[in-house]
Order: sequence, then structure tokens, then C-alpha cells
Amino acid sequence: MTEAEVVAPVAAPAAAHRSRRMTGPSVTGPVRVTAAVCQAAGCLSAQSDRVFANVTDRLISDGVTDVAVKRVGCLGLCAAGPLVEIPETGALFRQVDPDAINSLVTYLQTAKAGDASPEREPFFTRQHKIVLENCGRIDPESIEEYLAAGGYRALRKAVTELTPQQVIDEVTRSGLRGRGGAGYPAGLKWATVAKQIATTKYVVCNADEGDPGAFMDRSVLESDPHRVLEGMAIAAYAVGAQHGYVYCRAEYPLAVQRLKAAIHRAEKAGYLGAAIAGSPFAFHVELRLGAGAFVCGEETALLASIQGGRGTPVPRPPYPAASGLWHQPTLINNVESYANVPVIMRRGGDWYAAIGVGKSKGTKVFALAGRIVNSGLIEVPMGTPLREVIFDIGGGIPFGGTFKAVQTGGPSGGCLPEQLLDMSLDYESLVAAGSIMGSGGMVVMDDTSCMVEVARYFMDFCREESCGKCVPCRVGTTQMYLLLTAITEGRGTLADLAALEKLGDMVRSTSLCGLGQSAPNPVFSTLRYFRHEYVEHIETGVCSAGVCPMAAGAVS
Amino acid sequence: MSVHTLQIDGVECAAGQDQTLLEVARENGIAIPTLCHLDGLCDVGACRLCVVEVAGSTKLLPACTTTVAEGMAVTTTSERLEDYRRTIVEMLFVERNHVCAVCVANNHCELQSRAEELGLTHFELLNINPKLDIDASHERFAIDHNRCIMCTRCVRVCDEIEGAHTWDVMGRGLDARVVTDLGTPWGESPTCTSCGKCVQVCPTGALFEKGRPVASTKALRPFLPYLKAREGMQP
Repeated sequence: MTEAEVVAPVAAPAAAHRSRRMTGPSVTGPVRVTAAVCQAAGCLSAQSDRVFANVTDRLISDGVTDVAVKRVGCLGLCAAGPLVEIPETGALFRQVDPDAINSLVTYLQTAKAGDASPEREPFFTRQHKIVLENCGRIDPESIEEYLAAGGYRALRKAVTELTPQQVIDEVTRSGLRGRGGAGYPAGLKWATVAKQIATTKYVVCNADEGDPGAFMDRSVLESDPHRVLEGMAIAAYAVGAQHGYVYCRAEYPLAVQRLKAAIHRAEKAGYLGAAIAGSPFAFHVELRLGAGAFVCGEETALLASIQGGRGTPVPRPPYPAASGLWHQPTLINNVESYANVPVIMRRGGDWYAAIGVGKSKGTKVFALAGRIVNSGLIEVPMGTPLREVIFDIGGGIPFGGTFKAVQTGGPSGGCLPEQLLDMSLDYESLVAAGSIMGSGGMVVMDDTSCMVEVARYFMDFCREESCGKCVPCRVGTTQMYLLLTAITEGRGTLADLAALEKLGDMVRSTSLCGLGQSAPNPVFSTLRYFRHEYVEHIETGVCSAGVCPMAAGAVS
Repeated sequence: MSVHTLQIDGVECAAGQDQTLLEVARENGIAIPTLCHLDGLCDVGACRLCVVEVAGSTKLLPACTTTVAEGMAVTTTSERLEDYRRTIVEMLFVERNHVCAVCVANNHCELQSRAEELGLTHFELLNINPKLDIDASHERFAIDHNRCIMCTRCVRVCDEIEGAHTWDVMGRGLDARVVTDLGTPWGESPTCTSCGKCVQVCPTGALFEKGRPVASTKALRPFLPYLKAREGMQP
């Protein structure tokens, strides 16, 4: 590569590139309206790729030359996929059948910018998109579109105008906290790694999203992969790292494919690799795939896995910031944490810190799943009341059901009951309520869910996913699981509840890593808020939700 | 090397900066129960028996992997810790099949000794007791997985001292097992040097020499000069 090529990565996309990828093959002249077809996993599973192909073919055969058809990332409302958005008018077509596209094509033939379209429901208007700002707007496989949306500007500014310390200061000022779950201040972690004296340092992105019902990181990677790479590169510049790894679970083939393509294109465009944006700063990113172990989301297990070892955690300290990959200082953050960084650098830490509440700054992406009308991906400012997320944005419980609980934070989190619906969604409030922010999964349950069964399900999950290294997690989770199974099968006693609490306390206090330490949380939170359901199972032998196997026996 | 002073159970102790709490405690005559730890091998912090309370830390820390810090105040024994430790040993007993009366390691077993020291008199936990295999394909040695507590001493001694790395761990959770050469029967293992170090470091009767009657295995650690076996901690 010559010097000139290195120094001048295209800031604006070349026209030749734009014409094919950004508008689709049907367009010959100026674009009147665009049909943005979601190509993230949820809509793809409902054949949105065929929607894209059929709409394109139809427009060509109808001789329509001023309608662009483009592939975009996640539009958020996964429950109503495949989704097609017309950004010029704000119209959104839902559940588009690839074989019945007449109404969509008819609309596209006459629509023009400024056309009135039905008002968007609260699902769209109540959100505050920062991490997801490009999701559903740009083609995830096009670096030109990311650049056109202001991408890599923050990285260019950081490496050409700012010192590493200034970058860290900006992140510290933003108040950004780790989005993987624990909420450790990102600026502090970055500063710690930056202060380590070592010739080799690493930056690692944890994309091993494994919580049941969580798909935030997946959607970000599938919809806007460059954003994560840009965040990582800025972090690498700030801490002085030369190498980076994205550890992505292999169960996300589309995310892996788009990430791979993004790394390749970013290298070609001079935003990764040697001499980034013409500066002396070099940063190489490699992709590593997980092999289906939940525990590899724990940072020390993840690092062991990257190194080719068995994915088991090791005691901390030393923390990865001091001794991580190959004993070198390693910065490890989650996908969403990195995805926040470009915006923070572009708009400033103070701007970011003005969003949110208390010590929880900025926004948080949540994945709504379970018994909720608008299953999908949302982003709201920290401190948004739970009720607003579930009922206004989420649309409440389908089929006239009654809200019972919401599970946040996955197997490490807890179940929050109705009386906590008005609580604010921030790190501290969630911990005080016996749950955690976690990575942002929210599984909503109505009165058809039995909370004892829910606790049993999560304990079964932890039991299966325990790596088996330390005794309390390996044996303790199984013991708790057996007790919970006994209760759901009508063999439980009140003494079992005390035993569960005693065991839970022991597992939490003595386990080696976060998996074991937090495994009893679903049991504790259900015992705290839904103890009456446990007692009902034990004393009357009835599961009023009708879920547990004993219920049938009790009725007959 | 700088020296730190710290308090363990109220006793003022001096420690080198890289020493672990366990080392310093034992130097000062303070006993902390362990199972996966063996002097001379790397520590993994797996059995969690040695967890201690450190003032200022909300979490319990394993003494074997925690390095000392200036002014640390450590409590190695409390009702809560004893309770946890007893439960850990109980968990190991119910996890697999530990019937001392028919075990080659009876009276020389570290698990048995820990149970006696901690006053484990009966089981409250549910017996899991799976029927596991015995690999007796090796000419001289055998492994009874029913008695294995997954301390991974065999894995570490084979890797760190013998340099063969025949042993490793396969599977996860309750299904985790120590295996030879990715699951090859021990007798067919191309890397095993038949040195017997694994047998000698095994804290229970899981790894044993063939042809030994019940209660006859005595760990032969003094023959391993690389391992600084400590008299006081042997069963």
C-alpha cells in the first residue's frame, strides 16, 4: 500500500460504490424514496431476504427507477418482522409477506418525501437511540454507509488530534459504565490498563452474549459492526494496545459473517491495521469464536479460551487489566460498551453524561422477550421507569394477560414483581431490588408462568453451564436444582426453603467466578417476591399457573 | 523484594511481596484446610476450602491464590467459614461415591481427614452418586472416577513437573472428568511416561497402584523431591 492510500481513507463514499450498494440495482437516476428492508437475524428468519429480492425484481420489471431498495440492520420491532421502512415518509410496513408485496410496491410507486404517514406508536417515539442510531438506517455490510453516517470520524479525531489521556478523560467524563452487566466504570478500567507498563497490550471485545432471551449485542453486531470496531480502535489508542480480539459466540453466524466482512473492509479503508488514518497508530483485530460455553462470557474464562485453553475462570486478582492475555495488560469490555464510545468521542463526555440518572449515565439497550406485545430491541435513557419500558414501549402483555414478573439480567439476575414496576432502570436500583442490570435481557412473564419453575429453569441453566472447576458451583447448583425440582414435583417441604437459602448463601459466597456467585440470584429474588408460590406448591400441592408436573395430579 | 506486614487471626506476620496468604499462614503455624493445593504445584483456587475473610473485602478470598498486601487483616476461622467448609466437603462426598471402608486410601485420604477435622458427621445434601467408570487399562495404575474430587493435582503435576501433560479435564459441570490424552484409555496413552506422579499426588483413592489392598495406599510424596511436601498437612 502506498503512502497516499494509507493517508487518505475515503471520508465520503466514492460515487461508484454508492450507486450499486447503497441504492440497489433498480435505480438509474435520483432517488425519490427508499425501501429499507431489515436484514437482521429476526427478520431474516421470516424471509426478509426474499422480500428484498422480490421488491427489487418487481420494481425493475415495473420500470420504477427512482426507488432505492436497501438492506439495513435491525429496525427494532422484531415481533412484527419482516419490516420494511420508508425513511423519507416514516412509513413502516410490518409482517411483509415476500409473496404478497403489492401494497408495498403500490405505495413505493407514488410515495414521496414529506408524505404524511400514520403517527408512530410509543415503541418508536419513546426511545432514545445512541448505540442503535445506525441500526435500521445503514447497510451493515457497507463501510461507505457507515462513513456517510459519520463513522470513523471519532477514531480519526482521536488518533490525529487527541492524546490517549484526553481520550480517557472524555470517556471518564461521560460516566460510561460497563454494559456487560457489572457496571464497572469504563474510564477507570481504561486508565488502569493505560497506566500499566508493558510493550504489548490487548483490547478484547466480549461478544459471547449468552443470557437466555438476550439479543442486544447480536443486533448491534449484525446491524452496525463497524461501530464496535471503531470503539475498540479508540480504546486501543487510549490504552496503548496494538492487538485486539472480538470473542463472538459461534451461535451467531450472521454476526460473525458481518463482523468478518467489517474487519476486512475497515483494514482496506485504513481504519484498522497499520497506520490508522495516516497516524503512526496501528491496531490489528482478530475474530475468535466461542464453542458454546456460557462461562466463556466471564472475562478470565474468555481470555483462557482466546489463548486456546479450556474456558475456565481463574481467580482474580490479578485482574485482566494487570495480567490478561498471555499475561499482558488487557482491556476487556462488552460490545455495547464499545458501541457507545464513538458517540462519546463525537459529541463529548458531558453531552453523554447529561443523559441518564444518578451514577448510571447514557442509555441502555434492552431486548424485550417473553410475554410482551412488542418483542424486540429498544434503547432508553438510564432511569426510565420499568413500567414505561414494558407497557408503553413494550405494549404490555398480549392476549389480555396479567403481568406477573420481569426477569432482568439473565441467569445472574432476578425476577421483579408488579409492585416494583415504577422503579427506575439503573444499576443501583436493580441491585437494591435483588436483580442486576446484566447485559440487558428482559423476559416478561404473565400469570401463565410459575415462578418456582422459572427459578428451576435458571438453576438448571447454571448447573449445565458450570465449568466444573470449583466445588460450590459444580455441586451446589445441582443440589439447589434438585431441591427446586422436588418442590415443582410436589415432594418439597418447608425445610427445603431454608435449605435453599442456606445453600444459596454458600454458593454465592464461596464460588470462584461470577457464574457461581450469581447463580442463586433467581432463587433469592423469587423467594423474596414470590415466596407464596413456593409455599403453595409445598403446602397445598397445587401450581396455580398450571405449569409444574404436580398440577395435574393435584386436580384429579 | 519488599516485605509486607499483615495480621492473620490477630497474629502479626511478615511476608515477602509475592507470598500467598496460605504460605504466610502456614509459616506462622496457622492451619487453613486445603484440598486442591499442593506445595510445589501452581494453585488454581478450585476447592474453595481455603477461603478466608479479609477486612475491607465483601468477598471471601481463597488463601492459596491471594497474594499478601500491606496491612491486610485476615480471619481464617469463623463460624461462617467453618460452616461453608463443612458444606464443601459434604458436597464432595455426595457428588460421587466415597465409601471409605472399601477404599485403598482409607486412613490416608485427605478428603477423609478434612471431614474429620471439620466435624462432618452426617450428610444433609442429596446423594448424587453416579455410576462412573474405572479405567484400569494402564499396566500399573488405575483411576476410579467415583473417588475423584476434581482437584486437578494429577493434571498439574503431569504438566508442571513431569512435563508430559497426559492428564487434562474434559466435560463441564458435574460431567467434568480428568482424562488422559483427550479421552484415550490410560493404557493406550502415547504420552504417559508411567512415572506415577499423578498417583502419588492424588488426595483420595481415585488414582491408585494396582494390586494394593484396601487402606494400603500411602502417598509417596517424600519421593518427589520437587514437591515440598509439608509433614503437618499430610493425612
